[in-house]
Amino acid sequence: MSVAKPLPHDAALLHVTGAARYVDDIPTPKGTLHLAFGLSEIAKGTIRALNLAEVKSAAGVVAVLTADNLPFANDVSPSAHDEPLLSDGRIHYLGQPIFLVVATSHLAARKAARHAQITYAQETPILTIADALAADSRFEDGPRIWTKGDVDQALSQAPQRLQGRIDMGGQEHFYLEGQAALALPQEGGDMVVHSSTQHPTEIQHKVADALGLPMHAVRCEVRRMGGGFGGKESQGNALAVACAIAAQKTGQPCKMRYDRDDDMIITGKRHDFRIEYDAGFDYEGQLLGVDFTQMTRCGWAMDLSLPVADRAMLHADNAYYLPTARITSHRLKTNTQSATAFRGFGGPQGVLGIERVMDHIAAPLNLDPAHVRQRNYYAQMNGAGLSAPRAVRAQDGISEQKKLGTGKPYSAAFSPHKAQQTTPYGMPITDFILHDMTEALLESSDYHGRRAAIAAWNAGQPVLKRGIAFSPVKFGISFTLTHLNQAGALVHVYQDGSVHMNHGGTEMGQGLFQKVAQVAASRFGIDVDLVKITATDTGKVPNTSATAASSGSDLNGMAVAKACDIIRDRIAACLATLHQSRVEEVVFKDGHVHVGAETITFAQAAATAYQNRVSLSATGFYKTPDLSWDRIKGKGRPFFYFAQGAAVSEVVIDTLTGENRLLRADVLHDAGASLNPALDIGQVEGGYVQGAGWLTTEELVWDEKGSLRTHAPATYKIPACGDRPDVFNVSLWDQPNPAQTIYRSKAVGEPPFMLGISVLLALSDAISACGPYYPDLQAPATAEEVLRAVGRARG
Amino acid sequence: MDVTFLLNGETVRVATEPTQTLLDWLRIERGLCGTKEGCNEGDCGACTVIVSDTEGAKALNACILFLPQLHGKSVRTVEGISGPDGQLHPVQQAMVDKHGSQCGFCTPGFIASMATGHLQGRTDYDDILAGNLCRCTGYAPIVRAAEAAADEPIPDWMHDALPDVTEQPFAPENLDALATWYAANPDATLIAGATDVGLWVTKQLRDLQQVAFLSRCQELRAITVGDGDIKIGAAATMTDVMAVMREHHPSYAELIRRYGSEQVRNAATIGGNIANGSPIGDNPPALIALGATLHLQNGDMQRDIPIEDFFLAYGQQDRAPGELVTGVTLPKHASALRCYKISKRFDQDISAVCGCFNITVSEGKVTEARIAVGGMAGTPHRATEVERVLIGNPWTTQTIDAAAARFADDYTPMSDMRASAEYRLQTAQNLLQRYFADMSGQETSVLKVQA
Repeated sequence: MSVAKPLPHDAALLHVTGAARYVDDIPTPKGTLHLAFGLSEIAKGTIRALNLAEVKSAAGVVAVLTADNLPFANDVSPSAHDEPLLSDGRIHYLGQPIFLVVATSHLAARKAARHAQITYAQETPILTIADALAADSRFEDGPRIWTKGDVDQALSQAPQRLQGRIDMGGQEHFYLEGQAALALPQEGGDMVVHSSTQHPTEIQHKVADALGLPMHAVRCEVRRMGGGFGGKESQGNALAVACAIAAQKTGQPCKMRYDRDDDMIITGKRHDFRIEYDAGFDYEGQLLGVDFTQMTRCGWAMDLSLPVADRAMLHADNAYYLPTARITSHRLKTNTQSATAFRGFGGPQGVLGIERVMDHIAAPLNLDPAHVRQRNYYAQMNGAGLSAPRAVRAQDGISEQKKLGTGKPYSAAFSPHKAQQTTPYGMPITDFILHDMTEALLESSDYHGRRAAIAAWNAGQPVLKRGIAFSPVKFGISFTLTHLNQAGALVHVYQDGSVHMNHGGTEMGQGLFQKVAQVAASRFGIDVDLVKITATDTGKVPNTSATAASSGSDLNGMAVAKACDIIRDRIAACLATLHQSRVEEVVFKDGHVHVGAETITFAQAAATAYQNRVSLSATGFYKTPDLSWDRIKGKGRPFFYFAQGAAVSEVVIDTLTGENRLLRADVLHDAGASLNPALDIGQVEGGYVQGAGWLTTEELVWDEKGSLRTHAPATYKIPACGDRPDVFNVSLWDQPNPAQTIYRSKAVGEPPFMLGISVLLALSDAISACGPYYPDLQAPATAEEVLRAVGRARG
Repeated sequence: MDVTFLLNGETVRVATEPTQTLLDWLRIERGLCGTKEGCNEGDCGACTVIVSDTEGAKALNACILFLPQLHGKSVRTVEGISGPDGQLHPVQQAMVDKHGSQCGFCTPGFIASMATGHLQGRTDYDDILAGNLCRCTGYAPIVRAAEAAADEPIPDWMHDALPDVTEQPFAPENLDALATWYAANPDATLIAGATDVGLWVTKQLRDLQQVAFLSRCQELRAITVGDGDIKIGAAATMTDVMAVMREHHPSYAELIRRYGSEQVRNAATIGGNIANGSPIGDNPPALIALGATLHLQNGDMQRDIPIEDFFLAYGQQDRAPGELVTGVTLPKHASALRCYKISKRFDQDISAVCGCFNITVSEGKVTEARIAVGGMAGTPHRATEVERVLIGNPWTTQTIDAAAARFADDYTPMSDMRASAEYRLQTAQNLLQRYFADMSGQETSVLKVQA
């Protein structure tokens, strides 16, 4: 069966030969025009005068558009209609698009855009969390507050109590392919848009609104993105809408791609957070209550900030049972880029909050932070038979063993035994497997032995210090906006037995297309090479959700399976009738169809069905069961299941400069019964390194005017090749998901990102070796921050 | 300008504007879209191509490579790394087998860097790939692929010839001709590697009409190791400088290993790094600590100055209109030289602080000290007050502590996106402590620690 095979990415051959096409590589018709935005140079105020004469007269300029020239909706917001494509006169952040240049080349458009003369009435911008709190500048009418039990009493009665705070910076996506779109005007005013987007339906919707057309007149196509990471969930709207409007106005195809600096200056990033905590615990490190205040800079527009902030609250427990808790969330409105989705979607920030608490409370108790974590874990899932995990290791190559992943049925409809422990939002935890995973990882990584060895090494080293830390992740899988948990698919079988597969998910490098093709091949019992993977297209599958929330394989895999099963059942019925056999006796396997004693190829079966006038095309539809969620009350069951994982990281620091390096990482991750262990390990390795980058070298710096100073890779430093750990052991836990997912697999896109938190904790551990005080390490832990923390540890 | 080069084995003749980038030309004019634009400033490597000249093949960033720089050279893009009949190069096959691509956008650049390393028989993958950013994989599978392909034979098609070309006026082939031309055209821009000038064009969107390219002036690229000193031509690339320093000044070589990236070092020249006078260039502090001499030429007038005298003030150097930097001479021996580069990321990052120390201790006392720290002021210059406290005093922690405190007299650093003023000053002081520990045989480099 195709599922569970470690096949390469479907486009790997195209990637390595340079033949894979991205938006900017699509051959364009003669006369294609190119676009660039003119950007605001202040962070807050109004436009007094806008003189675009020199822009209009610049070489190659065909047209210059402002908000007054937009025929219909001036709105590219994914949520609250608060994000004009071009400024309506108000300026909300430095870098906001004010006008649009349409020119004969990309370079001409960029050059012309710099010739505007703009006078502003400047106002004092609200830039920081402190600014926003002082001005009560926020989204929603006040903070969201969720509570569980009487946390004030628990805190006041706790034998031990401490307070603290951690600031964590945002993160630039740095997808290697910048934002891009191409609009091709069609007959009768219709529009076809190629966009580098995770959300083709949203592009279709926003373009239709901007052109004053029904959605049926707009078709959006996405073959692939050169990276997304959440940064292309809503941030592509502006380019697609700009291209469509310019194409409608000029009648010419229009293309837009941001230069890297523009991309970083214009688009939103991961939300930075400040989290304050007040924790009560006993002498064994058992938490009795915790009071979190989460503050986040959402930037100037709402975008996806509410669900991001919700998800941070939903992950304030991570893997730990909190008997009492209060989580207060301030969603602050600032004159900065509108922070947006980024892998984890608020989850990493929430998780870091509680991981910081675990780290902090272990210090005064002089306990191993790993023990404190284990002590606070939720109760282990019952009855799932989790004795011996079959670890799949990246560096050994991957076994071809067959993993059916059908799992065991459980007493509840979709989940295993109900447990008594609930999350702070009232959801029973029934699938917790981190106890066994943790034991396995601590043993395989020799955590305890190395911890002792590091302490001994540190005692003999005056300048350098090493540190080691363990951290787990438990990540909720489902969109918290429940209606988004749906997906559609369209599958055709041709009379030669080849299969055309389409679904609403988009490919951004995660290998979704290949995993879903493996599902389709498995349903038909054929080789995956017979399944043609096609570009995501709103004309084939409508009303899709963004490929986000790690949900791509879960949703689209199931939808494709359903479409395939419909066709397979029709073929089976046809063959059963012809061979006077029973439908149940028609078996699709190894490229053949077995009907009773007879065996024909799948191609022959398809041809036979065609000749017997059987429809060989079907749609499939899936919606995630078992969800109910009230985000205002903070109660319900927002997630179908939890994906889990654990990591041990080791670092070394220089106490003179704060320079630091990741030496070794051991990761054990739960991808359920993996649909493709090679692709899943790729997500785990990449997610871990990206998470480590977020918390170490990736620092976003704005100046006092609100200008982003780190707007190119020269100044914003994502991990480079040499930053990966020399020793990098990654394994999959590889046990079937108790929840009824596609082949009992689990979502894997976002959860491993949070394993990078162990790097920050390891740095804190190394710094702790410098002195008696808690290092109070903030994030990102640049060399400078590490040096400051060394000073704090020494007191 | 009329430029001739080989593109994937075929001769190409182009009449071009001086600052037409290879990347735009490949993608827009030739429709070869395999080479990608990731940042347009030479920092991500998505546009990496293989360029061969008389010295062999090297990886370069096509986004900041102007077509006239290619005159007489050979270019191989990702489309030409697979064979004429579509055969995969071993690194391509290995990248498929080892799952080295996810989104695939950085992949052609990685393939070009890996194929260059493969051609050169190198296995220092962290250095070969330091200039290629990948946001998806975390690099581990890419390095696995490079390792898997290492022993595979080099495909025939990877051996590039060079085209026959004639000298072009925009690319003088001897120094006197260049100096004469520049003296007569003092407002012109001299372009060597274009790792900085490239950004004037791609980011500042400047039009440079009057330019000369130094790439064919072999005289300016020579490195001569004499009995007591080493003379380096201004147009020597940092790759070439590093190769020489590995033998004579290993700590300086280690600094250069982290200077830019493979692609940047293959283009960037030591003269360019000095002449542009940046306060954050990494060569000047090392050269000042070494007591190097700078050579300049204006028409037929030549002069030599101590390198620290070249940097007058921020953005201002001791260079007359029409005068060009021709080279630098430094001592061959300086066993006490240590160079410490501090940046947010180890590879391909601009220094927050670059401290270079060259302190002579004789019979327990400091007899000579040359210290220069970059990133601390508007110009690179010596830490004269620190040196004053050191010289004549015993080589002890007491002296070090007293001297370190004087950095505040020598420098008033600024805060910016790379580091705060406080961090810069404290780190400069601590680097003197590191130097003392380093010279005492203690381990001070996190890069040398293994799990």
